Amino acid sequence: MSVTATELDHHDDHDHKPSGFLDRWLFSTNHKDIGTLYLVFSLVMFLIGGSMAMIIRAELFQPGLQLVQPDFFNQMTTMHALVMIFGAVMPAFVGLANWMIPMMIGAPDMALPRMNNWSFWLLPFAFAMLLSTLFMDSGAPAAGWTLYPPLSLQGGNSFAFVIFAIHLMGISSIMGAINIIATILNMRAPGMNLLKMPLFVWTWLITAFLLIAVMPVLAGAVTMLLTDKFFATSFFNAAGGGDPVMFQHIFWFFGHPEVYIMILPAFGIVSEIIPTFARKPLFGYVSMVYATASIAFLSFIVWAHHMFTVGMPLGGELYFMYATMLIAVPTGVKVFNWVSTMWRGAMTFETPMLWALAFVILFTIGGFSGLMLAIVPADFQYHDTYFVVAHFHYVLVTGAIFAIIAGVYYWLPKWTGNMYNETWAKIHFWWSVISVNVLFFPQHFLGLAGMPRRIPDYSVQFTEFNQWSSIGGFAFGLAQVFFAIILIHACYYSKKKAAAQSWEGAKGLEWTIPSPAPHHTFSTPPKINKDQLAAGHLD
Amino acid sequence: MLNKALNSRLTWLVGLLAFAGTAMADYGLNMTEGVTPFSAEVYELHMIILWICVVIGIGVFGAMFYSMYAHRKSRGVEPAQFSHSTLAEVLWTVVPIAILVVMAIPATRVLIFMEQTTDAEMTVKITGYQWKWKYEYMEDGVEFISSLHPDSNAARQVGSDIDPATVENYLLDVDKPLVLPTNTKVRFLITSDDVIHAWWVPALGWKRDAIPGFINEAWTEINEPGTYRGQCAELCGKDHGFMPIVVVAKSPEEYAAWVAEQQGDAVAETEAAQREWSFDELMDRGSDVYAAQCAACHKPDGTGLPPAFPSLASSAVATGPVDAHIDLVVNGRPGTAMQAFGNLLSDVDVAAALTYTRNAFGNETGDAVQPKQIADAKRG
Repeated sequence: MSVTATELDHHDDHDHKPSGFLDRWLFSTNHKDIGTLYLVFSLVMFLIGGSMAMIIRAELFQPGLQLVQPDFFNQMTTMHALVMIFGAVMPAFVGLANWMIPMMIGAPDMALPRMNNWSFWLLPFAFAMLLSTLFMDSGAPAAGWTLYPPLSLQGGNSFAFVIFAIHLMGISSIMGAINIIATILNMRAPGMNLLKMPLFVWTWLITAFLLIAVMPVLAGAVTMLLTDKFFATSFFNAAGGGDPVMFQHIFWFFGHPEVYIMILPAFGIVSEIIPTFARKPLFGYVSMVYATASIAFLSFIVWAHHMFTVGMPLGGELYFMYATMLIAVPTGVKVFNWVSTMWRGAMTFETPMLWALAFVILFTIGGFSGLMLAIVPADFQYHDTYFVVAHFHYVLVTGAIFAIIAGVYYWLPKWTGNMYNETWAKIHFWWSVISVNVLFFPQHFLGLAGMPRRIPDYSVQFTEFNQWSSIGGFAFGLAQVFFAIILIHACYYSKKKAAAQSWEGAKGLEWTIPSPAPHHTFSTPPKINKDQLAAGHLD
Repeated sequence: MLNKALNSRLTWLVGLLAFAGTAMADYGLNMTEGVTPFSAEVYELHMIILWICVVIGIGVFGAMFYSMYAHRKSRGVEPAQFSHSTLAEVLWTVVPIAILVVMAIPATRVLIFMEQTTDAEMTVKITGYQWKWKYEYMEDGVEFISSLHPDSNAARQVGSDIDPATVENYLLDVDKPLVLPTNTKVRFLITSDDVIHAWWVPALGWKRDAIPGFINEAWTEINEPGTYRGQCAELCGKDHGFMPIVVVAKSPEEYAAWVAEQQGDAVAETEAAQREWSFDELMDRGSDVYAAQCAACHKPDGTGLPPAFPSLASSAVATGPVDAHIDLVVNGRPGTAMQAFGNLLSDVDVAAALTYTRNAFGNETGDAVQPKQIADAKRG
């Protein structure tokens, strides 16, 4: 080690970047490098999870089984969800948090840099373990990402790998969340009051608390599955005095906050982008913060709306229906605030803004179908159909993923010092936004017409809409390969340099430092100038 | 650029309206109104909430599109700097709450109606198995298994070369449908013997999970005679997509005739279980039972899908001691997809299937398992 240290001293360039590849990436404690690792990892997982979706859509292109056996189809739907949720969406948000939160609050780095390294480096091992089950005798998990027993317990011994992989992902998420909370609460530059923080920082602070609260619950649930499967316990086995429905309660007590973990940071990103390109302060900053906190609170008390058909008592069904409907109120406040931010602004429509606008519209459509799903008697029809598939893909793909893509285009100039190719990026946007609607909108009709989800084959009256959906799916998948090309071009080949303030209307401390951001920023805390802050109009 | 954006979004909105409009019922785009009092109410609720969403959507997106058109920098506007309006914020908190309350009232009423399972005139117990349904008419003593129709089953195999379009009611047809009388309040008791399933016929207006160890209640009263089709709605393993449900609603008179016929068949079956069967009779019947009950997992040629679904060809069990083989088939293997067929099939069917598997696929043990041996095994 001492040899390396000497070499380091010798070769370091002016911003003290470690020169060796392993030193820089494997042993990294720098929030920017770790952020990059998270984002690259997430993109790789996004493409792997996406290729699983391509297999699903190819099999569903026409009735009859053409390509895969039903069991493999079930492995694909299960793995697609696990990889996208835990491998693509969550690490992407953590990557954005790593890069942006210290720069947004004027901190030199994350509060716990070594733990930061470990939180990231657990993930490649967790996913290597999860994906390796595809090559095992008993195959990958095939009971859906919700892992409902008794079905999930029917799988083979590869199940143990899945559970340990989930444990590792949970440890990674919890450590990441602790780090984010510690950074935000302790390392803000003097004068950066809580109510001066950018909204992205606020939404992540609240998300981090959700993560700490619910990841242990998931860990507990899957550990009980593990002992039921391998150590003859009967937590969820009715024949041994256990209760299979209890698993669903525990799972969704994790699962519902989890879906907000995947959307609150997206709200934050969009709340940064819209004011920038509307050249107008965010409307209702304080109500945005309270709305985020209310959504987070409500997320803990609505879990059973995922399981209205298990046969709850009437009182339980009524309570969970009313509580779920309430979520529409703070979510509505957010949408109204975004529209009011645009109102009487001076808008331009660069690529990040296009993605943010598409987010507002398409996420709201996903919110509408969510409100419909809250109505219990109607849910008895919608539940476990393609209507639900359409709903959660509108909130997760055109919601979470659109916001991540918007954030990447928005902050990429700051990360790399280069501008991406605006024409290509606009083509990527229009290509994606059209194909994603061809992909998911017909699924509403399929569900209403009676097509259950998670089936590898269907009755012939569902053919046409499935073909639309598959064509949209292939086009959307290809568009994301194009996205990867745009990113590689922007990082390595783009000639167009970015200014420190890459966007005319951008506010916030991250735009006061050069592009690309030096390896170390804010080693001494910045003097906060109110006019530089997005929330600077508040006093 | 902007006009393009606007045009695309407007087209989109028009599409949304078309979806909500009259086109729906004709093209299988919308939820069915169904054939029960409950399903009609659910349809009403669905349409109300859909229209509320459409109206709010037009308002919000309309304001947004207008702003994107009118308040863009290329028109030379100066951005306003307001960031707060107490009146607006109070309004858009209070108004949605009011809308939700208005929506919650009919939803509550319909839900209470749905949960009234009392005063039923008959009861049917539904048990989910991987991957078939068992129906028991509690009052009339009729019971049978209902599984995917053989035509659909043949067509759905990978590489079958049968075009699904040529199969009538592909994947939505069964060998033996659930028959119910019209204009009769029927209570369902729904449970499962292995994993969680969900019993769903859209025309009845609800689905309900079938959970091992739980008995869920639901009810229906079908007004129109006819055939109504549905499917299992909860992922239940590899053949989840292949366990359809068919309900045939008949007038009470026709229903009574159907029940009498079933009861006659049941008597004949009990008598058949008492007599000695010849090897050929057992093999004949066994090949049919195997195709309907066993081939989904163990494959028509007995090779199975190891390790989850073992091969039967020259397997230790199928060529080993008869009693152990009978025990396995009658009592199943807990924690796996191997069911306790003793509760599921008649003694004759179990005996025939056992004889078949002990002599097909090159097993050639020469054993003929008699129905009486099954009855003895069940008694323990």
